[in-house]
Formats: sequence, structure tokens, C-alpha cells
Amino acid sequence: MMESLIAAASSYAGQIDQVTHVVAILGGFWLLLAEAALFYFVFRYRRSRSPKAQYITGETKQQMKWIHWPHNLVLLCDIVILVFAVRAWYHVKQEMPPTDDEVRVVGHQWAWEFVHSGPDGKLGTDDDVSVVDELHLIVNKTYKFKLEAADVLHSFSIPVFRFKQDAVPGRQISGWFKPTKTGQYDVPCSQMCGIGHGIMGGQVYVHTPEEYRQWLDSKAPKSAALPVEGLDRIAMNQGGM
Amino acid sequence: MATQGHAAAANGHDAHGHGDHHELSFLQKYIFPLDHKIIGMQYLFTGIFMGVIGALMSYAFRMQMAFPGKAVPLFGLITPEFYNSMVTNHGSIMIFWFAMPVLIAAFGNFLIPLMIGCDDMVFPRVNRLSYQIFLLSAVILIASMFVPGGGFGGAWTSYPPLSASAVYNQTPYGAPMWLLAVALEFVAFLLGGINFITTLMNARAPGMKMYDIPIVVWMIIIASILFMASVGPLIAGAVMLLFDQTIGTGFFDPVRGGDPVLWQHLFWFFGHPEVYVVLLPALGIVAEILPVFARKKLFAYKTILWTAIATGVLSFVVWAHHQFVAGIDPRMANIFTVTTLLISVPITEMLFVYIGTLYGGSILLTTPMLFAIAFIAEFLIGGVTGIFLGASGSDIYFHDTYFVLAHFHYTFVPIAVIAVFAGIYYWFPKMFGRFMNDFWGKVHFWGTAIPFNGIFLPLFYTGAAGDHRRSFDLLNFPELNQPNLIFARQFATISLLVMLAFQVIFFINFFYCMFRGRKAGANPWNANTLEWVAPSPPPHGNFAELPNCHRGPYEYSVPGRDSDYWPQNEPAT
Repeated sequence: MMESLIAAASSYAGQIDQVTHVVAILGGFWLLLAEAALFYFVFRYRRSRSPKAQYITGETKQQMKWIHWPHNLVLLCDIVILVFAVRAWYHVKQEMPPTDDEVRVVGHQWAWEFVHSGPDGKLGTDDDVSVVDELHLIVNKTYKFKLEAADVLHSFSIPVFRFKQDAVPGRQISGWFKPTKTGQYDVPCSQMCGIGHGIMGGQVYVHTPEEYRQWLDSKAPKSAALPVEGLDRIAMNQGGM
Repeated sequence: MATQGHAAAANGHDAHGHGDHHELSFLQKYIFPLDHKIIGMQYLFTGIFMGVIGALMSYAFRMQMAFPGKAVPLFGLITPEFYNSMVTNHGSIMIFWFAMPVLIAAFGNFLIPLMIGCDDMVFPRVNRLSYQIFLLSAVILIASMFVPGGGFGGAWTSYPPLSASAVYNQTPYGAPMWLLAVALEFVAFLLGGINFITTLMNARAPGMKMYDIPIVVWMIIIASILFMASVGPLIAGAVMLLFDQTIGTGFFDPVRGGDPVLWQHLFWFFGHPEVYVVLLPALGIVAEILPVFARKKLFAYKTILWTAIATGVLSFVVWAHHQFVAGIDPRMANIFTVTTLLISVPITEMLFVYIGTLYGGSILLTTPMLFAIAFIAEFLIGGVTGIFLGASGSDIYFHDTYFVLAHFHYTFVPIAVIAVFAGIYYWFPKMFGRFMNDFWGKVHFWGTAIPFNGIFLPLFYTGAAGDHRRSFDLLNFPELNQPNLIFARQFATISLLVMLAFQVIFFINFFYCMFRGRKAGANPWNANTLEWVAPSPPPHGNFAELPNCHRGPYEYSVPGRDSDYWPQNEPAT
């Protein structure tokens, strides 16, 4: 169902969609049941067909059954949903599987800065490749990200990965993802970050290993360290603080 | 206890007992009133006025979403600054200056003394002060949109550091004024809440026991208690943020040892109970209307009352579900998923009780009844779609998408629009002594209910497909620049235009019938509660003779009686 709306391109996208589907089925059942009862009663007990109302207090044991049964069943459905939801959450947000590479992500007003580890596969070395609004990944590799914000809150969101994490100034938040489909996808900022919030969006390029090497070769180390005009203004803003 | 209350309330009338009212000047009666009904009207009209402004804002930004970059009639080209300010102030106005004043303050002021059978609020001067502070806050908010730099644009949640510094939000005057207005509005409702609770506890009609109090009064009181218990941290937070903005403190600035996430906790610790602060009065209004037009006793009164209290208590421990992906410790999400899913239990129970009330009734589909039934039908959708967001796993995807937006509009529009219309059509005869036109009321009903679904059903779809919130032009994102999504956005916007157009019918009906409508007697709907004992409209002091209470409020179609209703004040014999 979800995949017909938006592609699923990460290892855990399927599991998150599964939670959505479970909620849709269980919630949908109760919704339809309640709406059906509501409209049936309105139709069945309209004044022209039911001129005299019954006197029902709803407080006898027999009548309370009609509240207690839904109560227990809803509780049961909640437990089922809880199990699926917490399992998916734990996998995505609390586990850290062995990773193949690292990437540093910094949110600025109003662009993403992606620092790739470069040929040596390590962040914080001279061969890091920093690019604005372009994240380059290799398909089927597990990435650890280190997420920061330079000024205000941003939200690092990759819808096709079913992934989202706010970036908070003063903190570095880690997590992981594993792309499973090659292609080019949106990386919008999904937390209000000021006037330019509506234009703040990068692209993630999920490459085959060969394509990735070609891209990496085209980048001299540090070549793209903040070359974009927009980021100069950010530096100015920070001076202004 | 109750007689004491009457004495206390009489103090408000400059020690004149009821039945001994001298003529008040226009200024005393309508501009600086002490009468709870007039103060209620002031809240109602101010709230509706603000609601109209909020609706015009939604017109501006929905046009931009559907036809980005095109000039919008009345507004011209929508710049990103203007868009952000419209979105921010639409949210703030609709919750703080429309839903709260109308649902709690207007209905609460008008109904509480009438329904518990006393002549006025216990603290009429506090009541008047409450409205005056509220009016001041509304004026400051509107003024904030016309200062250099424009109105605040950091979303109604006002997350720092964006909201804390003009360097980031570019609204050096708009942001502090917005915050000041919000803080003052909270003060106004704190004063109102104290008054409501004291009045209920001390001024009930003789014989009115706790389980004889009409549900709507209970709901407004529970909502007031929730508000008073939750708003403290946020008022403190608002003052801290105001200091950050204006005198350079760093409560929420990480560079100076503060923490931006702290604000989110303070905000949502208030913000989630706030949802129930407006929901409960709406549920209360519906609980008054269903029995009257189904001629049937409310199913399981005590269950409704206790589920409302349970919901209120639970609402204090769910706030972090707004922050699953905000950078809080991920283990916290598990706890808050449990509490959030738990809150679905009392709410479902309550809705089933409402549906159960209709079983075996004799239902007459008048305009208020149509709105009351529509409330249940629409709110169910809002409730169920909330589970996608309360479940931490799926919230990772849905957070901050239009799915969230559609979800909470499916709760807030039934609350603040549909239930409010139900209440206005139902109590209009009591407020003004005349009926609203039922035919045009029904036209207005269908013209509201159908386009409402037309606005927000498509937004569930676009949100699930990835539309994220508060972006002034989604066409900047290739995945969202697709014909089917563009069509859905345009469909939503056109539905909004239709819905807004039908509201004109309501206003004409309202103001015409206020002066020219068919006259209504004291109890035009044959209802049981005490407000229908007073003349329509009730004079200053409400009742010619203060009523006694002999039974619960929902004794309809009692076997062995000739008439199918049994007013609370009628002695048993």
C-alpha cells in the first residue's frame, strides 16, 4: 500500500511500512465498525420510523457489556500495534549495526552540507569530500551518520528510506541507514527553519560501487568545501550572533 | 452549599439581589459588563472574528500550495516570509484565539451559571478582567503582523533557536509580540478557569448533586483544570524565550549552555493537554444535543464522566509523542508510545457511548443534531489516523508530513468548527430568543461537512506520499512535483474555497435571525437542563426564581410519563 505512494529504498523501509499497514488494518476495522453503527442507528431510529424512544440508562451490567467489550478489544489491538511499532523503532533508532562507512550531515539555513569520508573511509581526515545538497551513497552498504545543525533546528529526512531525524544545534546525533535501491531521491528539511525552509532540500544519489568511484574521482579532496554563495551568508549570520 | 453560592454570586451585582435590577447604560451593559452572558457574547464575537481572520490566512497559503508563484486575489504574490507568517498565525489564532475563547470561554460563560441554576459567576469582575486581557492579547497579535519585518513565522510551536533570535527568524518585532500575545492569552484563561471551577463548586442549584451536573459543564470544568495544571510550565517557558529574544539570555541557546529541546518539552507538556482542553467542551456540547434530538437518556453518564477524567489525566503523560524524532533519548519513545496508545481506550469508549445513545432513540435531524452527528463521524477519522503518529515506528515516516496536518485538522475542525456550529444552532434561541432558519442551517451544514472532507482527505494522501509541512513551494522537490499530487493539492484548495463560501450563509442567517428570526419560547427544544427554565433571552440575573434541581439532566422518554421529557427543576410528584 505505502509502496504504491512512495518508493521504499532502504533496508528498514519495509518494516516501517508494515507498522503502517497493521495500524491501517486494525484502525480501519474500528473506524468502519463505528461509522457503520452510527449511520445505521441514525437511519434506523429516525423519528418517522421510531416515534417513541426507549429508556436505556446504559448503567446495568447487561448494557455496560457494550462498552466493556470494545474497551477490551481496543486494548488488545493497541498491544498488537505497540509490538510492531516498538520493534520497528528499536531496529531503526536504538540499534547500531556494523557499518561500512560514515557520513557527517550538517544542516545550515538553508542547505545541507554532506561530508563524505573520501577514499580512506574515515571522517575527519584530509581526503574528506564535503558537498552541498548532494549526498552520495553506495547501494547495499550500511552508513552511520553524524547529524549536526549549525544554526537552528533542521530535520534530516529521506522519505524513500522512511527515515527522519531532527538536527539540534549543540548536539551530534548518530544513526544509520542502508540504501537498497539505486537512484536519485529527495532529502528535504522537514522542520521549520526560517524563510528558506521551502527551498531547503538536497538530493541523495544511491550509486553502484563503480558509479560511486567515478563520482569520487571527479572530486579533488576538500574541493567542494563550502563553495556555494548561500553558505557565505550563513557564516556572516553566525558572526552576527 | 448552594445557597451560599447564590449569595456570593449576588455580590457581583453590586449587592442588588435578583429581581431588583436598575437599568444599566449601554457602556455598563455591553462594553464593561459583569453579566456572564454578555461576557460570553464578547468572547463569542471576538473568537468568531479571529476565526474569520484565521480562515482568510488559510485561504492565502492554500492558494499558494495549489498554485505556487501565482498572485492570490486579495493578497497578491505570496513571499516565503509572508507564507511562514500566515501559517504560524493561522495555527496560533485557530487554537488560542478561536477554539479556546469560543469553546471554553464563550460557552462556559454563557452556560455554566444557566445550567447550574444560579444568577451569575462567583467572580464577575475577574471574569470581566479575563476578557479584557484576552482582547488585549488579540490586539497585540494582530498588530504583530503589521510591524517592520512582518509577523512571526517560526510555526505555532515556536521552536528555538529559530524563534529565539531575530538573526534566524528575521522578525525582530513580530516574534516578541507573538510571544507576548500568547502569554497574555494564557493569563486571561487562567483567570477564567478559576472563576468557572469556583462557580461550579459553590453556586449549584439546591439539590444538584455531582452526577446531576450536565456533561457539558463537567467537560468545561475538567478542561479548565487541565489548562490550569498544564499552562504553568509554558508561561515560564514563554517568559524565558521572551528574555532570550529581547535581553540576550541563553535559556534555549546551546552556545551559552542552554538547550533548545527544553522548550519543546515545556511547549508540549502544555500542548498536548491543550488538545483535550478544546476537545472535552466539544464532546460536552455534543452530549447535550444528542439526548434532546434522540429523546433518549444519555447512555452511561458516569462512564462519560470518568473516561473524560481518565483522558485528562493520561493527557499529561503523552507529550513526547510530538518529539519522537526531535533528538530525545530514543528509549523515551517506547514509554510514550505506550501512554499514547492507552489514551485511545477512554476516547473510543466515549465515542461508543455516544453512538450507543442513538440506539433506540427517536431521532430528529435538526441542524444542531446534524452537526452533532457529523462531529462523531468526522472525529472518529481524526482519532484513528492519530494512531499512525502515536506508534513510534510509523511516526518516523509520518512526522511533519501533511498526514499529521490532515490528522489534527480532522480533530480540530470537528471540535472548533462543527461542534461550535452545533452549539450555536442549539443555544441560539436561548442567547437571542429567536430561532435560526433551519433550511439555511441545513444548507450551511452540507456546505461545511462535504467540503471539509474534500480539503483534508486529499491531504492524507499527499502526506503519505511525502508532502512535508510548512514548505512554501513543494514543487522545489522533484518527488513531490507530480501531476497526481498537484491535483490533490488543488482539489483541497478548491474545497476550501467552497467551504469558506458556504460560511457566508451562516453569517447572514446568524445576524438576520438575531433580529428577525422566528421567536422562541423559554424551552423550544423540550429539553431538561436548567438553562431552558430561564426566559429566552435570560435577563440580567437569569431566573425569575432560582430553580431547584430534582434529578439528572437526561431523563427523556421515562416510562409511565405523558411527556417525553422531565425538566431537572420539576418536582417529582
